[in-house]
Amino acid sequence: MSTRKYELVYVVSPELSDEQVTAVHDQVQAIVTRFGAEIERTDNWGRRKLAYEIGHHKEGTYVLEVINGTGELMKEIDRRLKVVTDSVIRHIVVRVDEEERVVNRTRTRRTSQQHRRRIARGLPPEVQEGEKRRDSDDRDDGGFDEAGV
Amino acid sequence: MAMQKRSGSGGGRGRSGARGANAATGDKAAQAQRRGGLFRRRKVCKFCADKIDDINYKDVKLLQPFVPERGKILPRRISGTCAMHQRKLRTAIMRARVIALLPYVTD
Repeated sequence: MSTRKYELVYVVSPELSDEQVTAVHDQVQAIVTRFGAEIERTDNWGRRKLAYEIGHHKEGTYVLEVINGTGELMKEIDRRLKVVTDSVIRHIVVRVDEEERVVNRTRTRRTSQQHRRRIARGLPPEVQEGEKRRDSDDRDDGGFDEAGV
Repeated sequence: MAMQKRSGSGGGRGRSGARGANAATGDKAAQAQRRGGLFRRRKVCKFCADKIDDINYKDVKLLQPFVPERGKILPRRISGTCAMHQRKLRTAIMRARVIALLPYVTD
């Protein structure tokens, strides 16, 4: 079966201690190893405010796991996380390999095009230090119209 | 001249209800466009302009401006986002809502 890249984000109840959060992670790890897959990266975002109440929780601890595995594995993880509702209050599994590929492709295409254009204009391919930047580069507003004159 | 005066006082659309700050500025732009193009300003897709390739559901800071106070997704006609990026934005916001990074509704 083909191996794909998935992201698993789960929200753990804020009442749980750090050890219990690690316990949930170990559970996931156990399933992953049983299927002969691997966790590429684990990222604990720490405690965050929830955008809306889930149950009676207003906060939650977010954990992100990047997993290389099969669809069967993710199905099993999803099934297991659904059961432990008292500790894991919300989770999501997203397949990311294809999107990543698209993003990388557009990114490399953009830079190579930029290099080609710069060389055509007789400039070095990389943007130099202290070069004049386009105004779109330093806009930090939402990108919407402000003063509309 | 008369038209200018009207746009200055704010038409019926601006008064219609308490919307988010973003929506209000968007309304202003829409209004300006309605008034015979006196203050027309071209809206640019934020993602095209800033060359953001990856609209990720985990990036709350990026998505937040497209979710006004009410919690609805800001329409394209107001934000000026291009069709492709609006589609990506929509999936990202919908995913972020599942894990409570963004609200479904707020009252």
